[in-house]
Amino acid sequence: MAALLEVKNVSKHFGGFTALSAVSLEIAPGERFGLIGPNGSGKTTLINCVSGALRNESGSIVFDGEEVSRLAAYQRTRRGIARSFQVPRPFHSMTVLENLLVPSAYVAHLKDHEARDQAMEILKRMGLAQKAGAQANQLSQVELRKLELARAMAARPRLLISDEAMAGLSGGEVDEVLAILFKLNDQGITIIMIEHIMQAVMRFSQRVVCLDAGKIICEGTPASIVQNPDVQKAYLGA
Amino acid sequence: MALELSVKGIEAGYAAVRALHGVSLDIGQGETVALLGTNGNGKSTLMKCVMGMVRPTKGSVTLAIDGKTHDLTRLSTEEIVNLGVAMVPEGRRLFPKLTVEENLLLGAFRPLARTEISRNLAFCFEAFPVLAERRRQLAGSMSGGQQQMLAIARALMSAPKLLLVDEPSVGLAPILVSHTITKIKELKDQYGLTVLMAEQNFHQAIRIADRGYIIVHGEIVFEGDVKALEQNELVRSYYLGTG
Repeated sequence: MAALLEVKNVSKHFGGFTALSAVSLEIAPGERFGLIGPNGSGKTTLINCVSGALRNESGSIVFDGEEVSRLAAYQRTRRGIARSFQVPRPFHSMTVLENLLVPSAYVAHLKDHEARDQAMEILKRMGLAQKAGAQANQLSQVELRKLELARAMAARPRLLISDEAMAGLSGGEVDEVLAILFKLNDQGITIIMIEHIMQAVMRFSQRVVCLDAGKIICEGTPASIVQNPDVQKAYLGA
Repeated sequence: MALELSVKGIEAGYAAVRALHGVSLDIGQGETVALLGTNGNGKSTLMKCVMGMVRPTKGSVTLAIDGKTHDLTRLSTEEIVNLGVAMVPEGRRLFPKLTVEENLLLGAFRPLARTEISRNLAFCFEAFPVLAERRRQLAGSMSGGQQQMLAIARALMSAPKLLLVDEPSVGLAPILVSHTITKIKELKDQYGLTVLMAEQNFHQAIRIADRGYIIVHGEIVFEGDVKALEQNELVRSYYLGTG
């Protein structure tokens, strides 16, 4: 099967600092893919390049057969790439429901009542339905993290990138978010998960890549990754 | 010499939402106390009450330090910092457009800390070498985990006697989680630092904690030493996934 996302030799520098150096990877439709690596290894930079928040300097990013690396972020979102942010970035003065209507209307191009129905449906799935009318700045950390994912979902993505959606959550809350991601994947959504909570990465991912200093140092099944000496040295601290 | 933080029966909240219902807690000199409980239960609010960032509507917060007892509910946040209390806030709260070094220097703003800037800076750079490598870089341009390290280091720059840490391990790679917790323990061992720490990573928290409190829906439902915590049903269900 053709890859849904193909990253080829992507490099990115910030001044003299090499954040990504010729990174290549392929993600199949429907895959659950884990991205790990030490702090500052380039994980967020890579997904910023994929989602369009940053432009890669060299290499190509092909989504569903189309080169997207010169498209603006919103154009990529319309083609089916959505992401959540590490530090939740809702529209603070809008309600939870309104936060979802923005992508529903402007990305998925749904009409008024359709957008509302879809938004409520997603909020229900995320366990946020009772909070639909609450202003975003009234939410707790867990609720904000769920809203981050819910809003990404409202764009009806084919590829969902979850950037540390579980950071700061306790065991039971991690399980809740994991269950949501599994459900989305069952519906055919391809998921890239960036996460430091290893139990979550291990349970969720079919395949894991470990970045270190802007390069892929290891790729494989979750079980093989944690056994890899380079990953242990750079990341896990065995 | 003895330091004691004493929180008695506080109630606090935001507008119509009451986050804390009669919470009491005590921390003595040199203790490391873990504050456990899932999100939205009042851990951060409790810390903000100690820092004077949220005012309790009932109850008292007192800090005995250097032979004097202070009513923290009547002091401003900067006065509380001046007493030797520092907080690592949830969500980092750095100055993104300032360099790493400038963020650290601002941490040392209180008069007593200014005299120890070079020693404290050396400790921070030794604890987190990446901050030394990037001292001239803008804080906002670093990765999330590196920003978390900077937030912790900035609090240490104020040479605190009592350190409040709200979720120190969020966003850190596994190798750095244990490293960070170990560094907090080193501070405690070397400088007699007293620590109140909210941490979701139970196993890491109890590595250095002497005691802990479990807070649920704004009330303390359990307090005990590490052994008692490990056997507590709530801990087992919330943190260890065996409930």
